[in-house]
Amino acid sequence: MNMIQAINSALDVMMERDAQVVVMGEDVGYFGGVFRATAGLQQKYGKNRVFDTPITECGIIGVAVGMGAYGLRPVPEIQFADYIYPALDQLVSEAARLRYRSAGEFIAPMTVRSPFGGGIFGGQTHSQSPEGIFTHVSGVKTVIPATPYDAKGLLIAAIEDNDPTIFFEPKRIYNGPFDGHYDTPAKSWAGHPDAQVPAGYYRIPLGQARTVRAGEALTILCYGTMVHVVENTVAAMGLDAEIVDLRTLVPLDIEAIEASVKKTGRCLIVHEATRTSGFGAELSALVQERCFYHLEAPIERVTGFDTPYPHSLEWAYFPGPVRIREAIAKIMKD
Amino acid sequence: MSDRTESGASEGVAGRNLPTLELHVPEPKFRPGDSVDFSHFDIPAADATARPDEAVQPAQIRDLAYGLIRVLDEDGGAVGQWNPNLPPETLLRMLRAMALTRAFDARMFRAQRQGKTSFYMKSTGEEAVSIGAALALARDDMCFPSYRQQGILIARDWPIIDMMNQIYSNTGDRLKGRQLPIMYSAREAGFFSISGNLTTQYPQAVGWAMASAAKGDTRIAATWCGEGSTAEGDFHSACTFASVYRAPVIMNIVNNQWAISSFSGFAGAEATTFAARAVGYGIAGLRVDGNDVLAVYAATRWAADRARSNAGPTLIEHFTYRVEGHSTSDDPSAYRSAEESSLWPLGDPIARLKQHCIRLGIWDEERHAAMDKELAEMVRDAAREAEKNGILGHGLHHPMESLFEDVFEEMPWHLKEQQQQMLDEWKAAGL
Repeated sequence: MNMIQAINSALDVMMERDAQVVVMGEDVGYFGGVFRATAGLQQKYGKNRVFDTPITECGIIGVAVGMGAYGLRPVPEIQFADYIYPALDQLVSEAARLRYRSAGEFIAPMTVRSPFGGGIFGGQTHSQSPEGIFTHVSGVKTVIPATPYDAKGLLIAAIEDNDPTIFFEPKRIYNGPFDGHYDTPAKSWAGHPDAQVPAGYYRIPLGQARTVRAGEALTILCYGTMVHVVENTVAAMGLDAEIVDLRTLVPLDIEAIEASVKKTGRCLIVHEATRTSGFGAELSALVQERCFYHLEAPIERVTGFDTPYPHSLEWAYFPGPVRIREAIAKIMKD
Repeated sequence: MSDRTESGASEGVAGRNLPTLELHVPEPKFRPGDSVDFSHFDIPAADATARPDEAVQPAQIRDLAYGLIRVLDEDGGAVGQWNPNLPPETLLRMLRAMALTRAFDARMFRAQRQGKTSFYMKSTGEEAVSIGAALALARDDMCFPSYRQQGILIARDWPIIDMMNQIYSNTGDRLKGRQLPIMYSAREAGFFSISGNLTTQYPQAVGWAMASAAKGDTRIAATWCGEGSTAEGDFHSACTFASVYRAPVIMNIVNNQWAISSFSGFAGAEATTFAARAVGYGIAGLRVDGNDVLAVYAATRWAADRARSNAGPTLIEHFTYRVEGHSTSDDPSAYRSAEESSLWPLGDPIARLKQHCIRLGIWDEERHAAMDKELAEMVRDAAREAEKNGILGHGLHHPMESLFEDVFEEMPWHLKEQQQQMLDEWKAAGL
């Protein structure tokens, strides 16, 4: 399965298992979503459970809060993560805080699916990585899969979770892993070991990182599309690096991070989102607080720049192999 | 455009044969010191408005969005097609709930002034909006209120001591002292957790109603916002959803004329009515005398029956007046005429229902005075009882570690660490 099929399969499995699960969003019903992630679900489960919505993100999330309070388990789709900002108040002030402010009387057990990230020539409104905004918010979980297998298992866990969860889907790798070289032909998930996705139910608990590759030279913390870019770059360098795919940013697998950095003594953080106040800053602070006496070199970050996401200069902006290689060289020099 | 750049803003259109543009900034009719004249108000007779069938198409009742549904006339009679013909016990129950709401407000306002809590908001003059609606809805319909519908809880016989515990943020506060006073939550009373962000409850109510419909339930939802916050995007998103899915929801706009110091003109009142917002969405829109509890009851009942028969949502504008300040932090004498509240042409909702009950021969001034006294004592006793659980800032509150509970269903490691760190720091400081 590719990642879209894996996500579709997770939704199918959960709609089959739990009559309270409903799927909603712009174009998700009859058409099955602009990325086809919800294809066939309306035909199978009916319009009361899978339906198209008006184009109002604040309305979609607000309505999902009410549905969650009623007792449903809504899975709203925001068509592109760039469009999540109109819904920000409903997510930040309402969904994320409903349990706290009502001391558990009301909850908003929703899973907001949204394709995110760059690398598709999407320009400034189809390329952003807003995960840092949500990791800053108390009461919402943030999940980012990097493989079809993880996408299905994590999405099932997110839907079963009683807290509101933002599920960011790295759309650059929907159809195949991406090694960071934009000028080489696109790859497919076919034959990839992480694309072996069981048809039935399985879950990957939120808060457990995945060691993509064990190594001794340095630790690279990454998630989403960057897992594949990092993996390919490290392989090309012939470096014995340990690559940790965080999978969920909140809750964060701090034990895996700590164990890896203490073992290698060096740490690189790679993400697509802009640098200042990005999640890499939090990771860097955590590593510094917990692993300072084990560090043999300063922690480095390779991230998007603090500019809006560009169109024609996308590959200068994207934290690709060139920049990752330079950062690794800098860390290994000390 | 080059000539504009060269001529500069002050010379503007010199030499161009065009009228200059003007920005209209609304201004209320009366400011502090002004004498008030409400004679421009168009108040239809109480029996003037016809009551259509609940299943009517919205396009056929557009005039109701521009009129004013009334039942109680100037002499205390209940007249016209909207008269709900309620039995005496219901009328007296309404009267008592409105009076209790006012007594509760008076006591809690005083408690704030005495430093027992941080904040309070009265609903004086608007009691009919909440009480009339609450009695017209079923007990298990879900209400998504704004911050001035404490009357719903009172009408649903929710213990006032529980409300007071919330206001005092004390050990008895079911919300563990996390919410600003009056931002209640009472799931058992069908009362959704109140947000401080305006109109966010509107799409939530629509979502709840849609869920109820999708599950084949029989319960409906109702929500309230002020006229000022109809300007929020959530309001319009909610109207779109409600219209598209014909959600079984009642959307109430409490037009009390003032959003803190901004008069209703800043939400668009000079251009049209708030009930007329419904017209563009194809939603049934009713404009109601919000100081006439029988009219509020009748309109809500009409909308509830409409929702229950799958005929769709209703938007109701309750035309009323905010007699008191916006909150304990507000001073209305700084921005509006002191005469406004006393000269409000639609009167006081409690006085109007009292007059009606007296005219029916089921009530008199003596009984009313006795009820007021009894309610004041009841509220005072409840407040004393609640104060035993603590008042704000005087040490009786939920345990410190509860600060970290309910952020997530299960506490993750970073919150556990922060919780432990806080406890250790307090302990090290000898506290």
